[in-house]
Amino acid sequence: MMENVVIRTVSRLAVPFIQIFALYVIVHGASGAGGGFQGGVVFAASFILMIIAFGMANVRRRIDNRGIMWLSVIGIATYAGIGFLALLMAGNFLEYAAIEAALGIPHLHGILIDLVEAGIGIAVMASMVSIIYDIAGNGEESS
Amino acid sequence: MKTKALIAVLFIGIILFWAVEDMPAFGDPDAPATQYTGQLYVDSVLPDIGIDNIVTAILASYRGFDTLGEVVVIFTAGISVAMLLRRGGRL
Repeated sequence: MMENVVIRTVSRLAVPFIQIFALYVIVHGASGAGGGFQGGVVFAASFILMIIAFGMANVRRRIDNRGIMWLSVIGIATYAGIGFLALLMAGNFLEYAAIEAALGIPHLHGILIDLVEAGIGIAVMASMVSIIYDIAGNGEESS
Repeated sequence: MKTKALIAVLFIGIILFWAVEDMPAFGDPDAPATQYTGQLYVDSVLPDIGIDNIVTAILASYRGFDTLGEVVVIFTAGISVAMLLRRGGRL
């Protein structure tokens, strides 16, 4: 597969656009069609394309299993951390309005929803890439 | 065996097409699915939350705890595949 110049060139062109589109879908979740789950899966699709075009070892050299697992945990921790932040601000768990009222910043509710969507996107992307690594990589540990 | 399967498929298909008759028309404002809480959300999302997308408002704010559970489910799936298939390495 490595010697196929067509696949390598096309995916080298396509991968940045797929990733930009994935970020757009995640960030656009509060004001239009989109959201963390969809954007995360689109981002993971760019990793699949890279694995097809450049081989598993090349992609793993950029981000290995440990990094993917850390990203997955960071995504969930962002979400749950915002929930606990609401607890600190004398609200209920995940009650964003309490944070907005405590800090007094307008439109903070929507910004917190964007942060939560980003956390969802990171967690979904990392989980999908982890599954792809494990299924397509024949179980070997190469980092 | 094939005739039995064909009969079963036809039977279920006829039942489904029979049920289509009772479905509300596409986009019908009087349909039961749009009657109860839909208008409440349409009216209260913008003053409550201040974002335009009603779906995201319900997903991330009204049902935030539910969505946290969904993310944890996906995370658990990734962890499970890693524990089952990954050999000789750490998580």
